[in-house]
Amino acid sequence: MRNLIRLTVALAVGGFATAALAASADDFKAAYAKAEAASKQAHAHKNEWTTTLGALKAAKAAGDAGKFDEAVKHAQEAEALANASVAQSEEQKKLWPDAVVR
Amino acid sequence: MLRKFCIAIAVVVGAAQPLSAADVNPQADAKAFKEYFTKRFSKVPLNDFVNGPYSMDEGLRKQWKAIDEFPPYEFAIEQGKQMFATPFKNGKTYADCFPDKGIGVRQNYPYFDTKSGQVITLEVAINQCREANGEKPLDYTKDDMAAVTAYMAFTSRGKPFDIKIPDDPRALAAYNNGKQYFYTRRGQLNFSCASCHVQSPGDHIRTEVLAPAYGITAALPIYRSAWGGMGTTTRRLRTCNSQVRGVPLPGGDENYRDVEYFLSYMANGLPISGPGARP
Amino acid sequence: MASTIRVRAVISGDTTEVQSLIRHPMDSGFVKDSKGQLIPAHHIEVLQFEHGGKTVFTALWGPAVSKDPYVKFSFKGGKKGDDLKVSWVDNKGASDSLMAKIQ
Repeated sequence: MRNLIRLTVALAVGGFATAALAASADDFKAAYAKAEAASKQAHAHKNEWTTTLGALKAAKAAGDAGKFDEAVKHAQEAEALANASVAQSEEQKKLWPDAVVR
Repeated sequence: MLRKFCIAIAVVVGAAQPLSAADVNPQADAKAFKEYFTKRFSKVPLNDFVNGPYSMDEGLRKQWKAIDEFPPYEFAIEQGKQMFATPFKNGKTYADCFPDKGIGVRQNYPYFDTKSGQVITLEVAINQCREANGEKPLDYTKDDMAAVTAYMAFTSRGKPFDIKIPDDPRALAAYNNGKQYFYTRRGQLNFSCASCHVQSPGDHIRTEVLAPAYGITAALPIYRSAWGGMGTTTRRLRTCNSQVRGVPLPGGDENYRDVEYFLSYMANGLPISGPGARP
Repeated sequence: MASTIRVRAVISGDTTEVQSLIRHPMDSGFVKDSKGQLIPAHHIEVLQFEHGGKTVFTALWGPAVSKDPYVKFSFKGGKKGDDLKVSWVDNKGASDSLMAKIQ
């Protein structure tokens, strides 16, 4: 629940920021690299979300088509989702014993 | 309190750290697991838990009984029987890889292989058998893998699960990894296996009735009407992952082997009911 | 090659109850594969059950019937030990048939 709130705030803030300036190809490359790095971390936890991969794919497709504003938005969304999934894995490492049937 | 702290540290440090008998107590876990389900569903006869959603819903059971008169998995059993009878290119057969020629052995899987230090599920054993005999491994999710495991399950129908955890820290670690996997929330929808199968058996998720985790591996592989065909344990685990928006793991992944190990150990004593038919 | 037809016919009073499971992809022709290509229609067109030289059940199928269809029906007449012939033809001209005994 906490993570969902963090994610919503991150997406809202992210959306607001990119509206101000048009993104360049370099902006997209940087944003995509960050998203990919975060996604790799999630992969290491064996907890990638399908929506993260979907956002990455959308980012790449928009970037390839030269739609850099859209591409950056998707990349930032992918990064946020990947980070949330990593946070989920790390929290769950501590929380799962509480769920065990005793 | 100190015990929980120690377990938490052990878990944070690494998933497959060898554990001693003091940290992990599968027998106590299994006892608590069984008590939870039998107390909560006191009207369900013990052996009926292996029938999954049908043990939870009377209307669904009636439909199942009608289908089971002429089961949709019969083609898979026939195909599996044929596969068993057909030699590999080198002349050997599946029977040469398994104890008792592979007949009536399904209830012993998964087992912990002390030589390789890994959990071997029936599906993994099939592919290891193929590769050892110069054949390509099968797709873990359906078709031939479902057919041969359907046949093997059928020859074990009614036999009680007899999963062993040897007194080996690696086996205990694998068991504990499976247990952790089962109770860990994952995917964007933030569900663990337990969210549905411990918290809500008998309840609906969309239009489906949820099965209890107790005995849940006994009916696999299954013919699912929703799939219009057969699916293996791996297929079911992969779809559960994607349904909570988690990227599925490849067949044979350590986590899938270990969670099957954990769940089947929890089901010790319950009879094999596979292959099964599900909505 | 194993038969695509499984059938069980059982006497119940003066009626024979028949159940049959037929292995067939029953592709409707409307579904696309993972590459986006239409999977061509491949389904049973005629299914027949014959007893004592007479056709006791005919099904004229099309795209609406799903994979591995299951049929259940009953007909008057039939004795234990009688032959029951099941046969089908699909839209590609393929066919299969099976002779079963009423139990």
